[in-house]
Amino acid sequence: MLLEIKNLHANVEGTEILKGINLKVNAGEVHAIMGPNGSGKSTLASVLAGKEEYEVTQGEVLYNGKNLLELSTEDRAREGVFLAFQYPVEIPGVSNTNLLKTAVNEIRKYRGEEELDSMDFLSLLKEKSKLVELDSKFLSRAVNEGFSGGEKKRNEIFQMAVLNPTLAILDETDSGLDIDALRIVANGVNKLKTKENATIVVTHYQRLLDYIIPDYVHVLYKGKIVKSGGKELAIELEEKGYDWVKSDKAEAVV
Amino acid sequence: MQNKTDIKQYFINQFNEFEKSLNGEKSSDFHKVRKDAINRFAELTFPNQKDEEWKYTNISSLKKHNFSPAAVKANVSPETINKFLFDKMEHSLLVFVNGEFTPELSKLIDIPNGVVIGSLAEALKNNNPVVKKHLGKYAEDENYFFTTLSTAFTKDGAFIYVPDGKVVEDPIHIIFITKSGSEKILTQPRNLFVAGKNSQVTIIEHYVSDEDSVYFTNSVTEIVANENAIVDHIKLQEESKKAFHIARMEVDQERNSNFSSHLISHGAEISRNDFNARFNDEGSECILNGLFMIGDEQLFDAHTMIDHAKPHCNSHEHYKGILQDKSKGVFNGKVMVRQDAQKTNAFQENNTILLSDDAVMNTKPQLEIFADDVKCSHGATIGKLNDEAKFYLKSRGIGEESATAILIHAFASDVITSIKIPALRDYLEEIISKRFNG
Ligand SMILES: Nc1ncnc2c1ncn2[C@@H]1O[C@H](COP(=O)(O)OP(=O)(O)OP(=O)(O)O)[C@@H](O)[C@H]1O
Ligand SMILES: [Mg+2]
Repeated sequence: MLLEIKNLHANVEGTEILKGINLKVNAGEVHAIMGPNGSGKSTLASVLAGKEEYEVTQGEVLYNGKNLLELSTEDRAREGVFLAFQYPVEIPGVSNTNLLKTAVNEIRKYRGEEELDSMDFLSLLKEKSKLVELDSKFLSRAVNEGFSGGEKKRNEIFQMAVLNPTLAILDETDSGLDIDALRIVANGVNKLKTKENATIVVTHYQRLLDYIIPDYVHVLYKGKIVKSGGKELAIELEEKGYDWVKSDKAEAVV
Repeated sequence: MQNKTDIKQYFINQFNEFEKSLNGEKSSDFHKVRKDAINRFAELTFPNQKDEEWKYTNISSLKKHNFSPAAVKANVSPETINKFLFDKMEHSLLVFVNGEFTPELSKLIDIPNGVVIGSLAEALKNNNPVVKKHLGKYAEDENYFFTTLSTAFTKDGAFIYVPDGKVVEDPIHIIFITKSGSEKILTQPRNLFVAGKNSQVTIIEHYVSDEDSVYFTNSVTEIVANENAIVDHIKLQEESKKAFHIARMEVDQERNSNFSSHLISHGAEISRNDFNARFNDEGSECILNGLFMIGDEQLFDAHTMIDHAKPHCNSHEHYKGILQDKSKGVFNGKVMVRQDAQKTNAFQENNTILLSDDAVMNTKPQLEIFADDVKCSHGATIGKLNDEAKFYLKSRGIGEESATAILIHAFASDVITSIKIPALRDYLEEIISKRFNG
């Protein structure tokens, strides 16, 4: 098993946001997490990525059999965890290329691999930018600075393509994308999919799931997964809204 | 225990020794200037924190040392100097060892006719008319304890004169190196740079030491940019971590002149920089940029003043600081827009990053506007490195140290990129990397 979340509770500034999450993800799977605004989807993503403001009060997370919560943020990334942010931060003065070059080489060093030389690195960037149809002018620009909403999201998937994670968590990567951009992003994600890696997509919209077909769909509500099912669950949610899961107190069964 | 009178009395006594060492030069016209200065010096008070200009900067520790103004010879090898040169750059170089011009280590390359690049001592000896006309005319010393001290002991420094219409293409690199060993010495470089009408020159003042010694540099630099002249000035302060560095720069700008200054400062235990620029006529521009990086218990202080005395001038000032450990920064930037100075554009900003809870920054941007048709803005920020940005970098696999270094490079980047010399930019990036990349 790639990821196992057991009874995970987490606080933000003293308020409990995650109230006992259970989730199992195997390599090769795609999981979708849906749920109303404020239900804790991004919080779960941040806890998995290692954001310090979130205090885990109970439960555990195993990743490849390792205690994920004990690892630093950077070590989680080096172990293959990737978070595509809902709101990617702008970093003036740091170019995309510089970020990725440092990241790629630190990850390689962690894994005991040789650093990439500049030529190999540039050809890697070229190849991956094609995958998400990102204009090469974005490479030299400062990270996300002045990018449109859609460009930021595409840049996240570009970074994912370069870093080639084992577990990718995409937090509303589809929000704010027009249909063409959505197709490009989904296409990129699908091309990166292998039997060895897994993807968790957080989304509000069934639309994305037409392109990235999930094996499982979960509904997160008030800090708990209140319903799980196959891809038809997303269609049902789209039709009926969340009210019926809110009243239905079914526990997660995966 | 010493008190104010003691340090003053000490220097007054030293002056007698100094006079003796001047030999025949005592009878020169200029020596009267020195003597007047030491008399004024006797009336001044050692700066203390009751004085508004020194409110946050405590330099009383300077009084604990009897820094000797007497010349001290030292052998500095070309290899030592090489450490402070910028890669792949051939350019004119003036080297001053313990305050004294050292021709063996210096070289002049491609200097246009009529341009003078050399030592002030030499120019004084030759009664150079440019020196006579300008030296001491801008750095008035009534309120400046250390300028008065400098004037009294004036001996050497860099002198550059670019006559009307001349362009010096390559930067002139001036290295002031102090090699004092265990002797506590005071060096007082007195620099004068005069750019004639329609001339152009780039000057790098570089203060260095390759040892950890305790010494005191008290420098005064006067710069004149005549009509339509372009003067780029860069000062790099890399003194020993135990040194005292007190410096003053006065800039006098005539019509349509263009002056830019970059101060990059990371050495010395205590460094104080007074920068004053004056627009004497219309159509000029003045840029003051600064980057200071301090740690341990270092103190950095910049007091700047841009005097918009005339209309249609632009000034742009941006100082950035990065503070670690228990270091302390002071920025006091005054922009004066006088009644006459309509159509002034003045921008001033100071941003500081505190990398430790024990570091302290005192910032005071001041705009005084007496004209009504002007565009002025000023601001200051003091903060930590952006946590969101750091988390983002780490989430990509970048470790704590690299993430910090990347964000610091980014923070410093607008000051660095505004320097026009690529080799110098590389040298500075290297300084930042060494400091923050562990
Ligand atoms: N740093 C924070 N400080 C205080 N409250 C927070 C913080 N982060 C999240 N919260 C709160 O936690 C709850 C869950 O937020 P979260 O962002 O995880 O929801 P979400 O399911 O991702 O919502 P959305 O669909 O709007 O993205 C919300 O009530 C939010 O206000
Ligand atoms: Mg969210």
